[in-house]
Amino acid sequence: MKQFFSFVKKEFYHVFRDSWTMVILLLMPVVQMILFGFAISTEIRNINVAIVAPEHDELTKMITDKLDAVDYFTVNGYFTSMEKLDEAFRQGDIDCAIIFGQAFEENLYSADGSSICLSVDASNSNTATTMAMYAQSIISDCIKELSPYVGAAGIAPDIKMLYNPQMKSSFNFVPGLMGLIIILICAMMTSVSIVREKEKGTMELLLVSPVKPLTIVISKMVPYMVMSFVNYLTILLLATTLLGVPVAGSFLTLSLLSLIYIITALALGLLISSATQSQLVAMIGSGMVLMIPVLFFSGLLFPVEGMPKVFQYFSWIVPARWYVTAAKKLMIQGLSFRYVLQEFIVLSSMAVLFITISLKSFKNRLS
Amino acid sequence: MEDNVIIAEGLTKCFGTFTAVDHISFSVKKGEIFGFLGANGAGKTTAMRMLCGLSIPTEGKAVVAGFDVETQSEEIKKNIGYMSQKFSLYEDLKVWENIRLFAGIYGVPEKEIAPKTDALLGRLGFEKEKNTLVKLLPLGWKQKLAFSVAIFHGPKIVFLDEPTGGVDPMVRRQFWNMIYEAAERGITVFVTTHYMDEAEYCDRISIMVDGRIEAMDTPKNLKDEFGVESMDEVFYLLARTAKRAE
Repeated sequence: MKQFFSFVKKEFYHVFRDSWTMVILLLMPVVQMILFGFAISTEIRNINVAIVAPEHDELTKMITDKLDAVDYFTVNGYFTSMEKLDEAFRQGDIDCAIIFGQAFEENLYSADGSSICLSVDASNSNTATTMAMYAQSIISDCIKELSPYVGAAGIAPDIKMLYNPQMKSSFNFVPGLMGLIIILICAMMTSVSIVREKEKGTMELLLVSPVKPLTIVISKMVPYMVMSFVNYLTILLLATTLLGVPVAGSFLTLSLLSLIYIITALALGLLISSATQSQLVAMIGSGMVLMIPVLFFSGLLFPVEGMPKVFQYFSWIVPARWYVTAAKKLMIQGLSFRYVLQEFIVLSSMAVLFITISLKSFKNRLS
Repeated sequence: MEDNVIIAEGLTKCFGTFTAVDHISFSVKKGEIFGFLGANGAGKTTAMRMLCGLSIPTEGKAVVAGFDVETQSEEIKKNIGYMSQKFSLYEDLKVWENIRLFAGIYGVPEKEIAPKTDALLGRLGFEKEKNTLVKLLPLGWKQKLAFSVAIFHGPKIVFLDEPTGGVDPMVRRQFWNMIYEAAERGITVFVTTHYMDEAEYCDRISIMVDGRIEAMDTPKNLKDEFGVESMDEVFYLLARTAKRAE
């Protein structure tokens, strides 16, 4: 036990004396939170909209005002005919246009109904869909409000956004970011630090000493475990104070879940280190093997549900996917432990599996 | 026989079809300085790794400090010191932290560590460098420190793998004085080297060629046997028969 503590102390010295790496590791979550929280956002703001209406009646005016009042729309041009609209799209002055038919309000009550057309710049298909959805909901709101008995508006479903009524993207990326940072720090840094000893030749020195390989390895994990837990708390603190992301469920359960995920990540790092001989390879290896799957399959950037079945099955072996899913359930939906039991079991089994394999392969290296 | 702290009999290591070490047999007495010579790729390091319990022999057996290398490697590890050709201390730890760490690894009693550390630093004249990071020390100082750390726990045998590589002649001389002191205290020294002048300092040497020991005796007897003036020439006569490329 004494031996173990002197090893842990040594590892902390390594980490603290490499001050640049430490600063980067501790600031990384802060920078990423700011990037994802304020710069990169899937929400669309500042949509410039043009109104094309042959005549101004009360209903077209009301829709226009309502659009302008919503903070993500700016009405940027009124046209009475279609001719100038094309030019405005090309100039990039507008992103979308609402084109009212002839005698819009009057026809609303007629048998033919009135026509309204939504024209959207779809050079970016994702934003186009979102813009159209936003505009559509405002228009149908207006029509319903003015004339609830109008047939032309049809039966518009009343949409309720559960758990995230404001549709904030931060609700999605905060759990994803936690998944990413923990994997990066635990897996990448442990593997690099083990491989560094091989590269410098000090590993040989440890292997001829009476130290158990297990002691060497476990003590290497301790500083990174502490550090990633600090980062986990930093992210949570920033997310709740700056971005208003709730921790609706139990904080304790979330922390326990994170701890299991941290252990899984550490074991993965150990696995990578036993397969590599140089720090560079370990770094690239963990980048390729860990970061990309986390980015793509944890739902951080793209929803997994929208992927082809093959990729969905593949995502099952990505630990981050399970962690992020469970973290969302706990933080956003506020579900209790029994709803994340499946994720707990999967993550724990992965941890056990990785540790078993990596310890086996670590011992093999000695003979 | 009981004076022999290292006994190797037909020790062999194969990697696939390549025989790195080919049935070597020798013994080293307690307190002896045994020089283990050979060209690059002759199999020195592989043989040494087997004796340290790092690598299991394919064939033959060896007993180190009274323990079998195949079955009792954990016992061997407690009784030996090791210093490798690569510099073998932690560069980002301070001098005293390195001593402290290795003392802890080898189970030196807590009470003895501090006084022994001070005595060691005093002997080396490193008192002022106690709190210096090892990477800031000159190479020669690091090597001396590494050797002192390797024998800090009082091992029966210390294995030195090209300990003086890249060090200037002055420091090499000091280093060998330290080796002599250790030998006088009864520590057996097993050392590999490239420098033939260092070979002359050994009590007994063996010269490996292509995985086999081709000559083994005192430096003086070897020179007489080959009828030459220096160890350099002995080595040249033997090494040129080597078929193995580096």
